[in-house]
Amino acid sequence: MIDLGLYNYWIVIALMMSGLYALIARGNLIRKLIGLNIFQASVFLLYISVGFVRDGAAPILAPDVESYSNPLPHVLILTAIVVGVATTALGLALAVRIHGAYGSIDDDVLDRQRD
Amino acid sequence: MSSMDWLACLLWVPALGVLGIVAARRHANLRESVTLVTALALFLSVIQLAASGESPRWVLAEPLPGLELVLSPEPLGLMFGLIASGLWIVTSIYAFGYMRAKHESHQTRFYACFALSIGAAMGIAMSANLLTLFVFYEVLTLSTYPLVAHHGDDKARAGARTYLRILLGTSIGLLLPAIIWTYHLAAGGDFQPGGILAGRVDATTAGLLLALYVLGVGKAAVMPVHRWLPAAMVAPTPVSALLHAVAVVKAGVFVILKVVVYVFGMEFLAGVPFERALLWLAGFTVLAASLVALRQDNLKRLLAYSTIGQLSYVVMAALTLGATAGLAAALHIAAHAVAKITLFFTAGAIYVASGKTEVSQLDGIGRRMPVTMTAFAVAALSMVGLPPTVGFISKWMILQGALEADQLFVVTVLVISTGLNAAYFMPIVHRAFFREEQSVPKNHGEAPPPMVAALVVTALLTLLGALAADALIAMQSPVMLAGRVE
Amino acid sequence: MILSHAQVLVVALPLLAVPICALLPGRRLPGVFATLVAWAVLALALLLMQEVSAAGVLRYQLGGWAPPWGIEYRLDRLAALVQLLLALIAAVVLPYAARSLSDEVGERSGGAFAALLLLLTGLLGIVATGDAFNVFVFLEISSLASYTLIALGRRRRALVASFRYLILGTVGATFFLIGLGLLYALTGTLNMDDLAARMPPLAGSPAATTALFFIVVGLGLKAAMFPLHQWLPDAYAEAPPAVSAFMAATSTKVALYALARFLFGVFGLQQLTEVPMLQEGLQWLAVAGMLGGSILALRAADIGRILALSSVAQVGYILLGFALLSTAGVAAGLVHLFNHALMKGALFLALGAMIHRCGGGELARLEGVGHRMPWTMAAFMVGALSLIGVPLTAGFVGKWYLVSAVIDQSAWWLVAAILVSSILSVFYLWRIVEVAYRRPAVMPPRAEAPLILLLPTMLLALANLLVGLNSSPLVSWAEAASLSLLGTGS
Repeated sequence: MIDLGLYNYWIVIALMMSGLYALIARGNLIRKLIGLNIFQASVFLLYISVGFVRDGAAPILAPDVESYSNPLPHVLILTAIVVGVATTALGLALAVRIHGAYGSIDDDVLDRQRD
Repeated sequence: MSSMDWLACLLWVPALGVLGIVAARRHANLRESVTLVTALALFLSVIQLAASGESPRWVLAEPLPGLELVLSPEPLGLMFGLIASGLWIVTSIYAFGYMRAKHESHQTRFYACFALSIGAAMGIAMSANLLTLFVFYEVLTLSTYPLVAHHGDDKARAGARTYLRILLGTSIGLLLPAIIWTYHLAAGGDFQPGGILAGRVDATTAGLLLALYVLGVGKAAVMPVHRWLPAAMVAPTPVSALLHAVAVVKAGVFVILKVVVYVFGMEFLAGVPFERALLWLAGFTVLAASLVALRQDNLKRLLAYSTIGQLSYVVMAALTLGATAGLAAALHIAAHAVAKITLFFTAGAIYVASGKTEVSQLDGIGRRMPVTMTAFAVAALSMVGLPPTVGFISKWMILQGALEADQLFVVTVLVISTGLNAAYFMPIVHRAFFREEQSVPKNHGEAPPPMVAALVVTALLTLLGALAADALIAMQSPVMLAGRVE
Repeated sequence: MILSHAQVLVVALPLLAVPICALLPGRRLPGVFATLVAWAVLALALLLMQEVSAAGVLRYQLGGWAPPWGIEYRLDRLAALVQLLLALIAAVVLPYAARSLSDEVGERSGGAFAALLLLLTGLLGIVATGDAFNVFVFLEISSLASYTLIALGRRRRALVASFRYLILGTVGATFFLIGLGLLYALTGTLNMDDLAARMPPLAGSPAATTALFFIVVGLGLKAAMFPLHQWLPDAYAEAPPAVSAFMAATSTKVALYALARFLFGVFGLQQLTEVPMLQEGLQWLAVAGMLGGSILALRAADIGRILALSSVAQVGYILLGFALLSTAGVAAGLVHLFNHALMKGALFLALGAMIHRCGGGELARLEGVGHRMPWTMAAFMVGALSLIGVPLTAGFVGKWYLVSAVIDQSAWWLVAAILVSSILSVFYLWRIVEVAYRRPAVMPPRAEAPLILLLPTMLLALANLLVGLNSSPLVSWAEAASLSLLGTGS
């Protein structure tokens, strides 16, 4: 029985699977990187939704608010996003260099070229 | 000097010898003198150590907490040490003649590795526990590899690779686990009279362990781990002598004897049913090797298979269990050493003098090389086990031991194999002395004097050994009687 | 003053040195600077080692924030051992890299050495921290630095190797992150001690098991656990030799350290035994690695690949030690972890020296190298013997304890697997030795490696022999570490 009340998890899982699929099935290095990003984003969503407290306000101290969302996961994910950006940047830079060296960014083509 | 110093000499003398040989690499005469002096010094050290009658403990290192590398002499080891160092002298003299006559290359490497392997054999002989034994066993394997591969061509390399594969494979795959297992079961691996496993393991485990030891010590060449021995025949003849008589195979059977006596204990093994199966395996090896030898035409291959058979005599005698059989095993190590080295010396002498390698070529050669072939005949008598040679005494004792232990199987094997031995050795002698030479390709006489001298000495030892047997038996008796209930 | 902050300085020092190093001009200067930093780190690590042996566990609260709110640095015997190993390898490899890496990169080598220091920072950070999320951050720092370093290899294949490692490495890190997220959702804390305290009631629950699975897979990828090892052979074979040596000696070891830390220090024995098939699964994976890595190594044609694939096998040994879930097993795994770093470091450094002279690491190219570079090859031989596990070398010690620990549990098939893998290692290393001592038709003149390459190589080879001759300090330290690690979990 699918519990739609936890729809956030279903979205996470759907994103995760599509990201992983792109990562594995695509030969184009840029597409692989995009897949990787989707995969990572799904995990970020997982964290963020874990931190959400029903009826909670944004975690900024205010006089008439009792319940706040948990800020810690958000902070953690900020770090993870930074890491993800760095990874993507490095991956793109490598893709550029690979294109310069091989004239292609297709995995299958790279495999066929021996040096 | 104290006995401790003599013990230290057993490792230091060969080590310094290696350095000296390498240092003198540009001067052939000096290098050979260094070899000879080293060999004499080593033999002297072993004699001094044996004469002192003490057994000092020399701790080399403690690689793991509580796990030491220790050397300590005991009668069996001293006997092996005496054989190896004594025969090294003769082999060196022989090698001088052989290597020069054949104009072999890389002689420095040859003499250096030879000295190194003798050092390793001393380590095996004196090791006081299983770990030390294993270390020196592997050093011996590795240091003899360059000797087997000496010629450096494809054939030599293939033979050497088989040699290394089988010896390293069996030692790491079977012997090492057996050793670790023993350490685990007995909370240590020190050799002790009467054994260390008695009362600590059940019969099934002990049987399995014994099988690991017997097959793991590839140097003892019990079938099916015998193939390295014929493969190693690519080596120069002095190396074959080293392998078959001086150090390598002797180290193998010595290890098995030592394990049976000092790790299991004969009393304990008598209660292990599986032990019988290994006895049969050794008996099978004796017969099978003799049958194969019967069909060989290449003299060195014939001798190799004869070695396999003779080694299994020792294993069989050790597994017959009992004081007489144990003594016989020890004695047969010595008896086979002097006789087989003579046979290899003669094979090499024939090769150097006439270029002949096959048995079928030897018609009438006894008239051209009377000294060599007489030595061959003496050694062959010892192999078959006929008086007045030392082989007769050791074989007689094996027989006696088997009768004492009611091992009719061993008796049967002995009788059959004696017939087979005679069937492949005696025709050679007959051919050499009583047949006419068929073709005369080359007019030759005896081999170079150092070689002839060496083989005369070992042939004499084969005869005189019969007289020294009593001394050897007296030396080993305490070992075989230890741990039994009087 | 410095003393009280040494625990943080050991991580902060190389981190602060990174930007300075990147800005340094010239070809040699950055290497020399990085070497000095590595030596300072070694001094600090030795100091900390001494303190840990006296105090047991050192704790340091970053910015004065008490855990679980702040990040806590925590150094126990296990961490101190790995930290010392990292500092040692760095101190030996960096002088070597100062010559070999700067020769490969050419002018403006500052960036390369900055990446190397960053890699060191990341690895040291993983070991120093007591905070689970911090582990992830440092893991990614070290990974990003290694992707960069691998891409600096001579051949264009290095770029592809780096990219593939980047993809797989990031997937691994993200798996790890998922695991951490689940743990946090379950317990509301990320401090490892806190986590350990809150885990027992959750033992065997599906969520905890899922978290465990994600963490094992994520760290397993980083540790090149079979069959997640595919990135490793290419990466090690293509990276500049000094980088291969450093990574082979440290990267997978730190991932294994983190795995041990999470398995035993966070989840704890109780949890591990309650998850069905976990122990068997890990053991199967370890054996698959031991045999698979060795078999693949038999067919490789490049020494770098042979050594890399043998690392897969060796990771299997270490993992097997952990998977025994016993004090003796974990101690054996730790001993082998330390020793494997020594042997692989020596082997890769020797290989680097050969590549320096011969222009490549293919077997065909290295014919007769034993005659050309006798000392380098001698060091290689020591490393190889150690890898096989010959007595009197470091490799023997770990294997002895591993086999003893396995025999303790009467798992005979594991004993057989260890031995088969050892015999296979004889065969694949023998291929190298045979080629190295074969005389080629045309013998190039004798050309030993430059002293600055030879010295570190010899030093690590010597370390193999020293540990082989007397392993008591290492063994007793590892046993104490294992005891305290498993003690906290149960």
